Amino acid sequence: MRGTKSLIDNIDWVTVGLYFILVLAGWLNIYAAVYNEEFESIFDTTQRYGKQLLWIGTAGIIATVILLIDERFFSTFGYLIYGFIIMLLVAVLLVGAATKGATSWFEIGGFKIQPSEFSKFATNLALAKYLSTLNIRMKDLKTKLIAAAILGLPAVLILMQNDTGSALVYGAFVLVLFREGLSGNFLLIGLITAFLFVITLVFQNDVYQLPFEVELTGGWMLIIALFIMMGLVFYLNRKKKQILLFSTVIFIACSGLVKSVDYVFNNILEPHQSKRINVMLGIESDPYGAGYNVNQSLIAIGSGGLTGKGYLKGTQTKYDFVPEQSTDFIFCTIGEEWGFLGSFVVVALFMSLLLRILFMCSRQRSDFARIYGYGVAAIFFFHFMINIGMTIGLAPVIGIPLPFFSYGGSSLWAFTILLFVFIKMDADRLEVL
Amino acid sequence: MKQYESRQYTIGLIFLVVGVIFLIRLFYVQVVDSHYKLDATNNVLRTVIKYPARGLIYDRNGELLVYNEAAYDLMVVPKSIDDEFDTLGFCKLLEMPLEDFEEQFIKAKKYSRYKASIFEKEISARAYAKIQEQLFNYPGFYVQTRTLRKYPEQTAAHMLGYVGEASPKIIKKNSYYKSGDHIGISGIEKQYEEVLRGKRGQEVQMVDVFNRPKGKFQNGDFDTTAVSGSNLQLTLDAKLQAYGERLMQNKKGSIVAIDPSTGEILALISMPTYDPNLLVGRKRSKNYGKLSVDTLKPLFNRALMAKYPPGSTFKSINALIGLQESVLTPNTQYSCHRGYRFGSRKMGCHPHPSPVNLEFSIQTSCNAYYCNVFRTIIDKYPTAEEGYEVWRKYVTNFGLGKKTGIDLPNELSGFVPETDYYDRYYLKGRWGATTILSLAIGQGELGFTPMQMANMVTAIANRGHYITPHIAKEVNGTSIRELDSSIVRNETGVDPKYFDEVVEAMYLVVKQGTGTSAKIDSLEVCGKTGTVQNPHGDDHSTFIAFAPKDNPKIALSVYVENGYWGSRWAAPIAGLLIEEYLRDTITRPAIEKRMLEGNLIGTAIKVERNAGN
Repeated sequence: MRGTKSLIDNIDWVTVGLYFILVLAGWLNIYAAVYNEEFESIFDTTQRYGKQLLWIGTAGIIATVILLIDERFFSTFGYLIYGFIIMLLVAVLLVGAATKGATSWFEIGGFKIQPSEFSKFATNLALAKYLSTLNIRMKDLKTKLIAAAILGLPAVLILMQNDTGSALVYGAFVLVLFREGLSGNFLLIGLITAFLFVITLVFQNDVYQLPFEVELTGGWMLIIALFIMMGLVFYLNRKKKQILLFSTVIFIACSGLVKSVDYVFNNILEPHQSKRINVMLGIESDPYGAGYNVNQSLIAIGSGGLTGKGYLKGTQTKYDFVPEQSTDFIFCTIGEEWGFLGSFVVVALFMSLLLRILFMCSRQRSDFARIYGYGVAAIFFFHFMINIGMTIGLAPVIGIPLPFFSYGGSSLWAFTILLFVFIKMDADRLEVL
Repeated sequence: MKQYESRQYTIGLIFLVVGVIFLIRLFYVQVVDSHYKLDATNNVLRTVIKYPARGLIYDRNGELLVYNEAAYDLMVVPKSIDDEFDTLGFCKLLEMPLEDFEEQFIKAKKYSRYKASIFEKEISARAYAKIQEQLFNYPGFYVQTRTLRKYPEQTAAHMLGYVGEASPKIIKKNSYYKSGDHIGISGIEKQYEEVLRGKRGQEVQMVDVFNRPKGKFQNGDFDTTAVSGSNLQLTLDAKLQAYGERLMQNKKGSIVAIDPSTGEILALISMPTYDPNLLVGRKRSKNYGKLSVDTLKPLFNRALMAKYPPGSTFKSINALIGLQESVLTPNTQYSCHRGYRFGSRKMGCHPHPSPVNLEFSIQTSCNAYYCNVFRTIIDKYPTAEEGYEVWRKYVTNFGLGKKTGIDLPNELSGFVPETDYYDRYYLKGRWGATTILSLAIGQGELGFTPMQMANMVTAIANRGHYITPHIAKEVNGTSIRELDSSIVRNETGVDPKYFDEVVEAMYLVVKQGTGTSAKIDSLEVCGKTGTVQNPHGDDHSTFIAFAPKDNPKIALSVYVENGYWGSRWAAPIAGLLIEEYLRDTITRPAIEKRMLEGNLIGTAIKVERNAGN
């Protein structure tokens, strides 16, 4: 079939290079984050940095194997892989080990495997396969429902594992659906919902003194504001009957949302989740409680200054002021030791990777590879946005890893598989008819 | 799906917008806003105070009176306590009720979940030994070492004083002290605070989130070592002090003993007293509360703060003033028939042979004789004011009615009225010798502390001068005389030649007069009894003495409240103390036994009740 030579020629070495730099930088930062003078060797496998090196080595092998597999394997067995992972997600609920309140691990001979990390890849495969089927149109309700089912099934199973963060990742696929023709209104509605949710949380408990000794809470004030806006829309479009109906529906939906925020917030979210959101929005200040992580994280990053304190010289991360510093809060080590310049480089690297993937998507001939590529970009983007966002206080604390940086074998393997399958598809793009 | 191709730019734009927002935010947090850098310093740098060991205190013979004992503060980091923590086991180990544990724990949690706070203060070394073995079972708890004062001899509580944490008021006033510092609050501990406290050191450490030290900041450039406090040797004779306290048990009163040749305090007793170990560490405030409401006032330092009229013991002084003023010679005789009459009034006296000369007047403590002496002193001058001023000058020269200058805090000056006191009381020019005749026999307005009385005896024993009394002997081996220029020789203004007659008379008091109960074979003890009139109850028994007659080694004043005649309690106790100090043996065990068993507290309480009614 094809020679190794053409494979080497066709691989996108820019992406592979970015991958290599990110993984190496991640490893060095894990070393800095858990640096311990007693175990100075970076190769010491009793320590996290030594273990991470093992993970990196095996990830390299996995990447190589993927590059050697025929790309048709992934499109052919897409549903099978998806089915297999769904089984694992069910199994982990039954026999998995619990860590920090989440049952998301298989323990096999001292190593822990987290199926939810791999299900992102499998779901992406299945979604790409489904959407690339002939005569599928995003506009059809059936298509939407099936796509939603493909995404919803793993998300619900992961929610049942008590791992909210990983479940939220599936929301990122909205970008893929949007690219494939989902109405932009869905993105808009999502944004408006989020905006109203936040606004309501911030203002709902304020009490406003109005003339004639009327007191109104923030929630009612918002509804009044919405009503005035609807009146405005009515007035401007008083000749179009359809708009009238439409804006009334919108108004009722929004009012319902405002009034239900309280319920969602207090009854559906876990107390620690609602607390984290409150802290992020500045409604609650609790620097030693729920806000501790973010506060310490900001202190660590902020103390880095322009050029940082130097490698292995970060005091905030090294002395454990920042919790989870080798996993979810690994970005603090970068910010503290490398300063703004280091943060800039890391953000720039991720931007380069994301844009490079978008660029690669645009040159795919097959729908399957393109859709899969957008899935890869969406997943990386979501992790990047939430993880760094939470360390600098722009996103609520949701425990999901920073790709290639956070310590952990499952996530490194899963991200490697996710990316290299796409690299492989891209390398073979010329062979697709 | 080519029709949606342009959407890739929308997606790319979303990526870029988030990336740019992050960079702006990062630039603001890392470069523009500097308060995170300060917070980081606060996070990681801890100035650990190195507390110096407080100086030790010894008595004149090198006996250890005060030393330091390690105590342990139990610290807790609430975050480290999880559901698996064995609360019941821990409470059992600490012998602490569960409610207390929870209360303390909530307090610690309120302070901070991540920072260590004191869970239980000042656990004794003994209790700690037990806890230490099992503490590793209880993660989140660890101990910090501190030192507490310990008093092996359990004597001289008032004099030694006590140590406590510096109050906010002190911290505000004196910049040396910081919250948590120990400071001497009374007695020697307060007086010699700067000598004993040493110099505090500090170590700037880098610590992790659990306050665990992780190394020195900038290689210890900001560190200083703690310098231990200087050791202090006192002039006190601990054995004599303890013996005096035993003799005074179940009695109220005070004894002060001085080495006349040096002004060194040998014993300073105030009864009732307390065990100084009670006012140490975390039990201090509880015990202090108990002691301060005790009706016997054990915290009150009678030796320095109680004012008693000197009574008949003061007659020696009037005799000396008379001699110096040449209104009296050893041969001057006055008759006494049960008292001294002036006008229609009479100062009573007990029956004794008449007439009386100087020597016999002291021996028999004749009131009439001293009324005559006092009158002649005052009347020597044109006006009573002038005469009184001269007399008063002599009295204050003996260290009476003013602070003796002893190196202990809270000394009272006692009271010898100024002329304007009488001017106010009787109107100017309307008073004379007879108006204030009580002064002749040491009664009336006079009020002296036991300390002043002992100092007065010292002046008699030295035939005309005294050295400023002091309690510190050496600081780290250097004599206090070199360090403290306020210790000087004070002259009374009475010529030494006039003392022989008075000293001889005092010798006879003990040999054959009212003070025979202080007599010791083979020792020439000089003394003078006194019975202090007490308007609140039974009179106070008092005795002043020194020995030996020539080259005296000890001078003392003894007050036993409600002890009646000086010869009943004060004189025997003085005799026993002199023998103990000079001979180291007691030859009169029967008297010793009577003194040890004597209980005047019951009487005192009864009297106080009566006085209250």
